[in-house]
Amino acid sequence: MIRMLRHLGGARVAFIVGFAMLAAACAKNPMDGAGAALGSAPPGSPQEFIVSVGDRVFFESDQTSLTPQAQATLDKQAQWLNQYARYSFTIEGHADERGTREYNIALGARRAQSVRDYLVQRGVAASRMRTISYGKERPVAVCNDISCWSQNRRAVTVLNATGT
Amino acid sequence: MSRRFPLEANGLVGRRSVLVGMAALGGAGLGGAMLAPGVANAAVRLDITSGTVQPLPIAITDFVGGGSPQDIEAGKGVTQIISADLRRSGLFAPIDPAAFVEKISNPDASPRFQDWRVINAQALVTGRITRQPDGRVKAEFRLWDVFAGQQLIGQQYFTQPENWRRVAHIIADAIYERLTGEKGYFDTRIVFVDESGPKEKRIKRLAIMDQDGANVTYLTRGDDLVLTPRFSPTSQEITYMSYGNGEPRVYLLNIENGQREVVGNFPNMSFSPRFAPDGQRVILSLQQGADSNIFVMDLRSKATTRLTDTAAIDTAPCYSPDGTQICFESDRGGGSQIYLMNPDGSNQRRISFGDGRYSTPVWSPRGDVIAFTKQAQGRFAIGLMRPDGSGERILTEGYHNEGPTFAPNGRVIMFFRDAGGGGGPQLYTVDITGYNEQRVPTPSYASDPAWSPLRS
Repeated sequence: MIRMLRHLGGARVAFIVGFAMLAAACAKNPMDGAGAALGSAPPGSPQEFIVSVGDRVFFESDQTSLTPQAQATLDKQAQWLNQYARYSFTIEGHADERGTREYNIALGARRAQSVRDYLVQRGVAASRMRTISYGKERPVAVCNDISCWSQNRRAVTVLNATGT
Repeated sequence: MSRRFPLEANGLVGRRSVLVGMAALGGAGLGGAMLAPGVANAAVRLDITSGTVQPLPIAITDFVGGGSPQDIEAGKGVTQIISADLRRSGLFAPIDPAAFVEKISNPDASPRFQDWRVINAQALVTGRITRQPDGRVKAEFRLWDVFAGQQLIGQQYFTQPENWRRVAHIIADAIYERLTGEKGYFDTRIVFVDESGPKEKRIKRLAIMDQDGANVTYLTRGDDLVLTPRFSPTSQEITYMSYGNGEPRVYLLNIENGQREVVGNFPNMSFSPRFAPDGQRVILSLQQGADSNIFVMDLRSKATTRLTDTAAIDTAPCYSPDGTQICFESDRGGGSQIYLMNPDGSNQRRISFGDGRYSTPVWSPRGDVIAFTKQAQGRFAIGLMRPDGSGERILTEGYHNEGPTFAPNGRVIMFFRDAGGGGGPQLYTVDITGYNEQRVPTPSYASDPAWSPLRS
């Protein structure tokens, strides 16, 4: 049994919440729904960042290195973040449930750091970023098979609400 | 944080108070021969050094009340708790009271041993509960060796009525110690993380309960994510990790007065805290960039000392009971493995070499073994090894078992188990022999258990 739950950037910003519910209704898979149908998000808005750019990258099991796909997403993130420099943001590192609690907290921190280092390399100011690890405490997909653990091994770039 | 857990408000618990009210009872009807606990001149004694144990048949009679219906109820309750403690240990087989031949009406008089021999009771417990004029409760008990026909222990305790469960646990500990030669572990508590709500939005609260699952009290409200609590070996404090104020940090919480403070002022995440055996220091992991290393902080001076310095994840530190060694997990060689080091960080060396990954090492209070979580072939086991890494044994294995913690006598391990999917974890105990696995009742899902020291 797989139950997917869509968390758009943690839905921290009030005006994202309504949008997140809309997106969740359309999307069976967190990677669907990006761009096309919902591409009308205002330029420079958090919606655009989530939907058109992609707010998250995924990792291989117990790995912290960035896959080519993750690098492509982060290239787009860097471009967008450099264009809209008013946003500060938090990089959240996460792990799947197949590890022990404290190791996974450290592993999530490493993943967040990988993303941070990459964005800095791409010219995003380090002073705009903070990192946090949630270890295995905040899964987006709940299940007990490989297809969904992979959704939980992630780093999510969450824009702070002060960006407007 | 306000005080919302009236623990031990009346003071008649803890080493001084309960034991102040304790006295040895003379051997009734046996010429006053009073045997101190630990004297091993009687026939009945349980050898628990071998792997499997034939549980010792024991008859635990209802404690005689002082006359009032309240006292009679309290007497039955005490008997039930003692029976449940001893049964759950796997070392004792309390006999069904329906089989009892003699009805004990005067617990001071010598029982009719023949009546207990015919139902094959090896040991017999009798007792009395009476309300004192000052409102306190007096609990008396005697432990008898049925086949030798003599009293093994006789003790009495005074306490406030609300502490009656504790008195029952203390009596169970006295029986356990007298018959096994090892300290008991029933008068102890568990601090753990209570989990509720759906898995992707789990609410976690610190909670504390008696080791049998009674008297659950919540220590946090669930606003902040809280993880990995541990008891102080010397004070009424716990240390744990919390995401309060958005920053994952290590905290100290006094469970008597609710006072809470942050441990240290570190620039990044601090996690994985445990007390040193002297209770004066907390050892923990500090994250710096991609790496996590182990540090120790003196709680009084706040001086913080780095113990490991690797481009790796070093975490889950745990002192040996004598404080001369620290075990921890590190992935410096690839996957997580268990390492030892001296208290100053010198002489770091790997001790686990089996297939798979090893984490969450916990040193037994006896000092002779280290318990761990082992990941292999996609499954999670709880196991033991000697401090030199030899003699590895797996105690339980399955989809997910994690986070062992020892009872203060080193005989029993508690851990949490998760079946996977949308459900949640639950607490279990298992004997260090690998036998007698039991679920520990909790009000909701529960994880991260930590066993307290003996309270008395």
